Amino acid sequence: MTAIDLGIPGLTGVPTTDEKQTARDYKSDQEVRWCPGCGDYIVLNTMQSFLPSLGLKRENIVFVSGIGCSSRFPYYMNTYGMHSIHGRAPAIATGLAVARPDLSVWVVTGDGDALSIGGNHLIHTLRRNVNLKILLFNNRIYGLTKGQYSPTSEEGKVTKSTPLGSLDHPFNPVSLALGAEASFVGRALDSDKAGLTSVLRQAAEHRGSALVEIYQNCPIFNDGAFDVLKDADEAQRRIINVVDGEPIRFGREGEYCVIREGFGLAVAKSADVDASDIVIHDASDLNLSFALSRLSTQDLTHTVTGVFRRADRPTYDDSARAQVNEAKATKAADLSKLLHGKDTWTVVG
Amino acid sequence: MSTETRKLDRVVIRFAGDSGDGMQLTGDRFTSEAAAFGNDLATQPNFPAEIRAPQGTLPGVSSFQLHFADYDILTPGDRPDVLVAMNPAALKANVVDLPDGGILIVNTDEFTKRNLTKVGYDSNPLEDESLDKFQVHKVAMATLTIGALEETGLGKKDAERAKNMFALGLLSWMYHRPTEGTERFLREKFAKKPDIAEANVLAFRAGWNYGETTEAFAVTYEVAPAKLNVGTYRQITGNTATAYGIVAAAQRSKLPVVLGTYPITPASDILHELSKHKNFDITTVQAEDEIAGIGIALGASYGGALGVTSTSGPGIALKSETIGLAVMTELPLLVIDVQRGGPSTGLPTKTEQADLLQAMFGRNGESPVPIVAPQSPSDCFDAVVDAARIALKYRTPVLFLSDGAVANGSEPWLIPDVDSLPDLQVEFATDPENFQPYSRDPETLARPWAVPGTPGLQHRIGGLEKQDITGNISYDPENHDRMVRLRQAKIDGIEVPDVEVDDPSGEAKVLVVGWGSSYGPIGAAARRVRKLGMPVAHAHLRHLNPFPKNLGEVLKKYDKVIVPEMNLGQLALLLRAKYLVDAVSYTKVQGLPFKAEELQDVLADVIKGVSA
Repeated sequence: MTAIDLGIPGLTGVPTTDEKQTARDYKSDQEVRWCPGCGDYIVLNTMQSFLPSLGLKRENIVFVSGIGCSSRFPYYMNTYGMHSIHGRAPAIATGLAVARPDLSVWVVTGDGDALSIGGNHLIHTLRRNVNLKILLFNNRIYGLTKGQYSPTSEEGKVTKSTPLGSLDHPFNPVSLALGAEASFVGRALDSDKAGLTSVLRQAAEHRGSALVEIYQNCPIFNDGAFDVLKDADEAQRRIINVVDGEPIRFGREGEYCVIREGFGLAVAKSADVDASDIVIHDASDLNLSFALSRLSTQDLTHTVTGVFRRADRPTYDDSARAQVNEAKATKAADLSKLLHGKDTWTVVG
Repeated sequence: MSTETRKLDRVVIRFAGDSGDGMQLTGDRFTSEAAAFGNDLATQPNFPAEIRAPQGTLPGVSSFQLHFADYDILTPGDRPDVLVAMNPAALKANVVDLPDGGILIVNTDEFTKRNLTKVGYDSNPLEDESLDKFQVHKVAMATLTIGALEETGLGKKDAERAKNMFALGLLSWMYHRPTEGTERFLREKFAKKPDIAEANVLAFRAGWNYGETTEAFAVTYEVAPAKLNVGTYRQITGNTATAYGIVAAAQRSKLPVVLGTYPITPASDILHELSKHKNFDITTVQAEDEIAGIGIALGASYGGALGVTSTSGPGIALKSETIGLAVMTELPLLVIDVQRGGPSTGLPTKTEQADLLQAMFGRNGESPVPIVAPQSPSDCFDAVVDAARIALKYRTPVLFLSDGAVANGSEPWLIPDVDSLPDLQVEFATDPENFQPYSRDPETLARPWAVPGTPGLQHRIGGLEKQDITGNISYDPENHDRMVRLRQAKIDGIEVPDVEVDDPSGEAKVLVVGWGSSYGPIGAAARRVRKLGMPVAHAHLRHLNPFPKNLGEVLKKYDKVIVPEMNLGQLALLLRAKYLVDAVSYTKVQGLPFKAEELQDVLADVIKGVSA
């Protein structure tokens, strides 16, 4: 369990290798069993192509998942992995991250797993800032149980369990994560390999909890949920990709932009506003990140992608280890002394 | 008039007052004095679930019972010989337990009309005949304490709060207890508030002097030191012994411990204690809920630490699914259940043994889990070390069934030599040659513990059924049948020591079988009936799954088997099912330990029935 400083905060302590790795090295011998056309395939391929670039020892990478279609992910990665129980992956991964600073720990979860049954663990993991990378595959539907609405399904959605339309108001996962003061929050589309890779890389490099929401198509139970974001023309008007330190403009020619309005943000035409009024993204500003998250709407009129927030704060696991190490350095582990305590008496024969 | 001194072999004292009166502290200090003097002792606190129930009311009564003796005792005592009642509520709630002729010491200051009405006394019991059958000592403890502290300049309210130390001083005088320890303790406890420390010491001395100088007390009592086994002793509660056992398991296995837990009565003290011992490579995580607590523990075990979670019954219900995952993934995990009265929230501060079947069967599917139960406060140490041994050696979750009585009770503990503790070291899998995650050790049937970070052993585990040997997902019917049986066989094959039978005469025809914290009352009851000339055998089970190998044979030796439990017969059900033995249940669920007296009657009746 050697600690190696890569100069990448998120991976400090994780051993590296000089051996050249390829995507093939990360494919396990198990047959992938998602439905044809499932967005999960693209995410899996993107992950397998991306991981070699980190140069980590494969045995020091662990994927922990919950239950759901996406949670089969660990079986297909030739790393260590645990396919755990519904909603609990963040808790199990927290225990692993606390115990082992030399591992790069990834959580794979879905909208039902992370936001419904496991909502509590998600917000507390983010609040504690455990050094975990959480990939939230959001397809806005329950797939494995065959088509019930999820906590991210739109209001009024007709599904097997809501023939008259869903009554639930959905979560905006990015707003939720920022409400828990997550230190890193990003969003990407399954079909955007470059965008997804960029967010994954930044997540991996970040020390602390990183939540990455991935819009992922379920071709069986919610096909086309994100089609408007995949149509080249529509996407231009709808996707607001943010980059830290850069003015927030979008559209084919940057003809749209984001400006301040009241306590929040609004979309405007670049031609209608003074260039100095265009908001410059600052990923360390929680209020700005939150306001950005509010620009995304259920009907996908606008969807913000990229890294909303990236801020440094102490991680739970580093701090927990620091307390243990401090205690070990200042107080000998003398079991006999502990057992004797302060008050003893001796019986002699 | 000189004071007479009588020698006694044992005394039971109960301090009772309002939950804000400091009765637990008072009892605790008297216990330390008894321990320092060399008596054997056993204690039982009893307090409300509310932190501060309305003052002066029956639900707000808190008490601490202490039994000390010049021989080895097994229980905190059925009834007090001496009752100290700090207010009318404490008197009303406890006087029913005081036998005729018992000593009753009452703080008269609280017996106002208002306080009497509050608990439903129509007339003042100190002024009518209702207490005539007791030796009543009326002491204005608050007034006397305030008087003694007059010169300290402390306000009346603060001064009055030291009246519990006055009571302790008085009792310490009556029973010839050493006082240095208490004075030292008070000065340390209130080190940051020296005036409060001195006030408490003064109140303590005032109580002592009150006994010595007034002529109210004609008799004092001496209880000589007990003849205990040679060695060094300390006083210990069950929860502390459990925490120390976990520290010992960490040291003897040379593994870090990660405790993932959520506060719950009566288990929280295990978290409090372990969080102080990070220097032993112990990490404590107070999780967001019970489920996260065990998840964190299991995640840590997956990473090669000893994962531990601690809770009480309702928490076990929440953790069940993760225990099942640990059964499936075959990872070591220690699950501490400090049982309390149930179902649901039940009686949080009271004791019960009603989680046995939950521990045994409370999961979906065939999900066998070993169960270990301590029999007394100090026994928690050895029992939890043994539970850790099983978890590590057999790669399985283990349920440790403590309960409120052993957790909060205390007794002297012969401190073990740490080198004599069992070696719990395990070997992680390292060899990639022919590595299979679900291959098994031929003797233990344990699978390899292959932790992340080990080159060449990358594999995936999870809750889906495993293919034998490879651990890949398998839905094959034959394979599932085989795996269910393998998991069961692994637990059935766990090595546990034979159960020992205590039958001094060797002539018993009746066997009493118990488990867990009923050891004390059953043992004491057995001694009593033997003294009356009736032989009885006592077997007490630490291992409830698997049972000791000789148990079936033991049960069949006796004409009658009786099983007292603080539930509705859960162990009896298991014994009847497994051994086809006509075990008779004696059950009680009042949230309190059995009394030796009642079990004595039960055993005597059964023995007489068999002889007739």
